[in-house]
Amino acid sequence: MSNAPIIEARDVRKIYRVGDVDVHALRGVDLSVRRGEFLTLVGPSGSGKSTLFHILGGLTAPTSGHVLVDGRDLSRISDAERTELRKRMVGFVFQKYNLLPTLSAADNIAIARHIARWNGERDEQFERALELLGIADRLHHKPRELSGGEQQRVAIARAIVNHPAILLADEPTGNLDSANSQAVLAIIRDLNERLGQTILMITHDAAVAAYGHRIVRMLDGRICSE
Amino acid sequence: MINKLVVENLRFRPVRTMLSILAIGVEVMMLLTIVGLSRGMLADSRERASGIGADIVIRPPGSTVIGMSSAPLSEKYVAWAAAQPHVALAVGSMNYPVSGLTVVTGIDLPQFNRMSGGFRYLSGGPPRAPRDIVVDSYYAQQNDLHVGSNLKLMNTNWRVSGIIEPGKLARIVVPLNVLQELTGSEGKLTQIYVKVDKPADINPVLAHLKKELPGFQIFSMREFISMFSVSNVPGLQAFIAVVIGLSVVVGFLVVFLSMYTAVLERTREIGILKALGASPFYILNILFRETFLVGVLGSAAGIGLSYLSRFLIMTFVPATIPTIIVPDWWPIAAATAIGGALMGAVYPGWRAARQDPIEALSYE
Repeated sequence: MSNAPIIEARDVRKIYRVGDVDVHALRGVDLSVRRGEFLTLVGPSGSGKSTLFHILGGLTAPTSGHVLVDGRDLSRISDAERTELRKRMVGFVFQKYNLLPTLSAADNIAIARHIARWNGERDEQFERALELLGIADRLHHKPRELSGGEQQRVAIARAIVNHPAILLADEPTGNLDSANSQAVLAIIRDLNERLGQTILMITHDAAVAAYGHRIVRMLDGRICSE
Repeated sequence: MINKLVVENLRFRPVRTMLSILAIGVEVMMLLTIVGLSRGMLADSRERASGIGADIVIRPPGSTVIGMSSAPLSEKYVAWAAAQPHVALAVGSMNYPVSGLTVVTGIDLPQFNRMSGGFRYLSGGPPRAPRDIVVDSYYAQQNDLHVGSNLKLMNTNWRVSGIIEPGKLARIVVPLNVLQELTGSEGKLTQIYVKVDKPADINPVLAHLKKELPGFQIFSMREFISMFSVSNVPGLQAFIAVVIGLSVVVGFLVVFLSMYTAVLERTREIGILKALGASPFYILNILFRETFLVGVLGSAAGIGLSYLSRFLIMTFVPATIPTIIVPDWWPIAAATAIGGALMGAVYPGWRAARQDPIEALSYE
């Protein structure tokens, strides 16, 4: 793990307009994540962790403050640049897997490469990751033919296929039984330990949070403890 | 990869895809059938006109080339034309529309036989009684007529005396004097057919007739036949343009609704693609390719359906609306359908491209 921060958030605020009401989702968040770190973000619903996840993933812009991901300030980039950032710098794993139902597992992974305009060269690191994931024999199946655990492994493969600087996982075990949850968490930890993948994982579950190197707790739009 | 996604998206929702293809297919079929019908009727008229054996046609001043009605030409011009130099024969005929596109033609049968070589009777023979009528085999088939059958036309009961081979003069033929008397047009004609002594005489006789009958519509038969075109039928070109316009609107609406529904259904999938870094152009590209593919498949289906519509028309109403297959219109019909479809995909595509990824990902 390097000491250089790959994520730096300074006084990040996000205000949503819901009807006539301003909702302060983030009220000044400061966060630093080192390269190769596995950080878990815990907090109750409405604590702002998903909003922070979306900002760090380039899905939305902060209202104010600075967010640096691998040296790029996300608070000062356009929508088009944010789209570019999502191609290679960030990988997402969602609670509901979010695989494209029309494509096979292999094609779900391939489309992420296609969007990122990967040039098609052999990728040994990704092949090692596929071995870790243990889905080689399920790649030609459509998502509906896969178990929840298998779908989440495919989603992880898709998230890391373009070697993102950070892997963002939002409740990745939220829809899984305990056996599959353990398997998926073990894979995520392996990705971090063996491949040095920086990971930021959101969870409600204290046991799941314990898989990370560091736990950050959020409450009412602020980080309350580290 | 993007083409694979497009194909899989269409395969994933087979009913919607098939309905879209069918709707565009029907649109293309309508277009091809209307054009095939127009062309078929003109080709049929051309064939029947060329079967007469005349060299020159004389029509009264102010008449249209493909007029079906009226008898404004005096019968005295037949004798006058026959007496002109190098004219071998002149025969007058009268057209009387009875319903829709059905026309009864009156002709001086002995003179017509001299000019054309006569009708070829498939059964029966020429009229012998005042209420005898001759029909061609298409009309007989369509109306289930045989020699001896009764046929009511113009409030008159006719007896079918003969069934003739199609392609000469008309589908329904009665003696000229009978038709004139029935319609109160004694001594009146629709046109006069002229046969000259030898082919080299056609142009001199034509020039002579034009000089002697200023204002009359006088054509060589070759010229007359070449004028059976869409542009010479009053309103036909405009009618086809309207049908094309309606086809574009139908294609637009079908694809608009289909793609609008597809975008709503696939909100979450669009969110996933956006989370993966797909640009608005990438999303638009997928939807436009889907639309294009549906348009191409729909056009192919439409071409196939146009064969079916022709088969049905030629089986059930071959005499009224002869129709032909028009391969030269396939690209036009396909381009019209695909163009309309692509226009229909613009708004749904724009909506999809502009979707907020966070909202899209939370869509249930």
